Amino acid sequence: MGIFHELTVKPWALGQGKIDDLKAGRPSTRAAKQIALRVFLAVVAVLFTLLVTAYGGRMAYEDWRPAPQVSLLWANTLVLILSSVALQWAQYSVRRGQMDAMRVGLLAGGAFTVVFLFGQLLAWRQLATMVYFEVTNPAIAFFYLITGLHGVHLVGGLVAWGMTVAKVWGDFDVAKVRQSVELCTVYWHFLLLVWLVLFGLLFTGNNLDVLLKLCGIR
Amino acid sequence: MEYVAHDASAFAPPAEVEEVELYHPKTWVGKYIWSQDAKVIAIQYAITAIGIGLVAMVLSWLMRLQLAFPNSFHFIDPSNYLQFVTLHGMIMVIYLLTALFLGGFGNYLIPLMVGARDMVFPYVNMVSYWVYLAAVLLLVASFFVTGGPTGAGWTLYPPQAILQGTPGATWGIILMLVSLAFFIIGFTMGGLNYVVTVLQARTRGMTLMRLPLTVWGIFTATILALLAFPALFVSAIMMLLDLTLGTSFFMPALVSMGQQGEHTGGNPLLFQHLFWFFGHPEVYIVALPAFGIVSDLLSVHARKNIFGYRMMVWAIVAIGGLSFVVWAHHMYVSGMNPYFGFFFATTTLIIAIPTALKVYNWVLTLWHGNIQLTVPMLFALGFIFAFIHGGLTGLFLGNVTVSVPLSDTMFVVAHFHMVMAVAPIMVVFGAIYHWYPKITGRMLDDAMGKFHFWVTFLGTYAIYLPMHYLGFLGVPRRYYAIGGTDFIPESAHSLNVGITIAALIVGAVQVVFLYNLVWSYFKGKPSGGNPWGATTLEWQTPDTPPKHGNFGPTLPVVYRWAYDYSVPGADQDFIPQNVPAREVARGGKKT
Repeated sequence: MGIFHELTVKPWALGQGKIDDLKAGRPSTRAAKQIALRVFLAVVAVLFTLLVTAYGGRMAYEDWRPAPQVSLLWANTLVLILSSVALQWAQYSVRRGQMDAMRVGLLAGGAFTVVFLFGQLLAWRQLATMVYFEVTNPAIAFFYLITGLHGVHLVGGLVAWGMTVAKVWGDFDVAKVRQSVELCTVYWHFLLLVWLVLFGLLFTGNNLDVLLKLCGIR
Repeated sequence: MEYVAHDASAFAPPAEVEEVELYHPKTWVGKYIWSQDAKVIAIQYAITAIGIGLVAMVLSWLMRLQLAFPNSFHFIDPSNYLQFVTLHGMIMVIYLLTALFLGGFGNYLIPLMVGARDMVFPYVNMVSYWVYLAAVLLLVASFFVTGGPTGAGWTLYPPQAILQGTPGATWGIILMLVSLAFFIIGFTMGGLNYVVTVLQARTRGMTLMRLPLTVWGIFTATILALLAFPALFVSAIMMLLDLTLGTSFFMPALVSMGQQGEHTGGNPLLFQHLFWFFGHPEVYIVALPAFGIVSDLLSVHARKNIFGYRMMVWAIVAIGGLSFVVWAHHMYVSGMNPYFGFFFATTTLIIAIPTALKVYNWVLTLWHGNIQLTVPMLFALGFIFAFIHGGLTGLFLGNVTVSVPLSDTMFVVAHFHMVMAVAPIMVVFGAIYHWYPKITGRMLDDAMGKFHFWVTFLGTYAIYLPMHYLGFLGVPRRYYAIGGTDFIPESAHSLNVGITIAALIVGAVQVVFLYNLVWSYFKGKPSGGNPWGATTLEWQTPDTPPKHGNFGPTLPVVYRWAYDYSVPGADQDFIPQNVPAREVARGGKKT
């Protein structure tokens, strides 16, 4: 029964009562965690959407000076893609019962993420040493803010990842580990998607500018 | 119309649900301090919120004293006055109302009303409270730092919020912003819990459309808050960076005292957009739980089903959706494109449709009801008055052409206090009188309650009705002293004195309420499990107050919607949600 249909039923009517009585309760913590993650991702999505909108809104003013580009970000993007692929591999393996492969995928995913974060720090340093660097330039401040917030979300993910890694040695509850790996994978894919949007739109040239021009804002 | 109550065949199997693992504390500290029980967390939230709310109330007294008797109080200088205004607004809106409705009532009522043992993530729920408490303590700390708390106004508009010359422009504003960030992190933890519990932990038979409207209101408000608070979060962080690292997100190039400031080219309007993208949904984050709770109060105490249940649900959802596309009506005087203003005026006025629908349905619920003038009912009626009143002035202010001349006058203050302060606080009081018996097992004293209601209700009208008139005269808000002007007559000053006296009385009478809360806890009349004859699940618990786990060995099974009051043919004038049709007594015996 779709949500829209569910919201149109008349709960007081006789026939509907018979249908509703058969509705099972669903207090399963497993599904709860999946829903909680998705609701949280919606919150994160709003956060980054607002940042991109704020960036675009600021860009529309005449005094906008784009930030210099940091080519290291291309390599970082590749590493983040690899971390997502590794976690996807871990998920694929745990679903097939291949625990060794799952451990490899999980550890590789975490390792690539740590490399990505170091790469981002390096990119921060590179930008800071460029001649164009001015903390008062909004484009540069936005760069640090947005990459920083994205990095913080990955660090939070690494905490959950660490708790998952701690579970996968010796005797463990396969169902629980499987769920943890699945949740991590969804989170990593989502943060990769966010990064690709941020990177593609904001940090690889004036792509957002093209969009603003198309919309007639700039 | 057919009622489920007539159905003799409804016979559902018992709840086939996986038992939730509950954390069972062994020590007093584990039970009442580091508690993972949503009911205890709810009370922790409520006590903290009411405590900090009392501070905000005292701040409002100080403001009113200054306005009525300027130059009489040496401890209120212009800086202090602005700090009182700022902290009063911020505390009342966020740290009292948001925390009390969602953290307090949400935590207590959601698990009980949906038939769950607890929130789905009790540990996260506990952390949510402690982060909230940290946010409150950071806010309180700002009273004691050099320069005192921020005096930027509750909207914290840059550039003035962080410019030297504004009170608290160094430590006060930093603590304010950090406290807000903490509040939002804590709330997000709690909010995820409320949403997932409603979606995922309902007991057998509890469909979405069988949920009491209280749950609908809190649920929708939580979703609004989850999606709106990120805007405040990023703007708080960006302002912090502007202040501490010298970035220019919001700070434009400024010449101050003949000196070029260090900032270049920030955009102060960006802050206003971000702030109000949060700020307008915030109005409904406070209002929607109030709408939901008041619907249930009216239905229970008028012994009648809520009129138009489906419409009420749809209206809550519609208001929630619309609240995200009206924010710029707070910015009509910011120099926006006229088409922009036209768009936001239109969306704003469209909100009047679902809101009016709710008001009609409340009134129609009362129509031909068996109205019991209990204290909760009195407060619910008070809410309807205040809300209609504040809603109508909202129609004035939603129109650009009317709003512009009224901007920054006392009319605006009167409007938002009617709609967002008096109306929700009426519901808060009504709800406390209504659910106190479930929380403590004792009734609140009726005489003290009625006294509390009448003084509060008439008193708030004595405060805010004249304020509309002051606004029409052009008396500005946020001014420390008006001084001599031609357009403000002497009589306006007498009115200000009257308002202040009313405010002092209304504030003082809250002591009676607090005394009632404490006195009744020890000496109140024992209430029994269901003193109001209500249908919803929280009144059907085996123990009052409900024990950890809420429902004893088995979870209740739900057989009907939440509003089977005065069902024709049934002996009792209410049928609880967990009573199957075959157990409904008719003509002295069960069918």
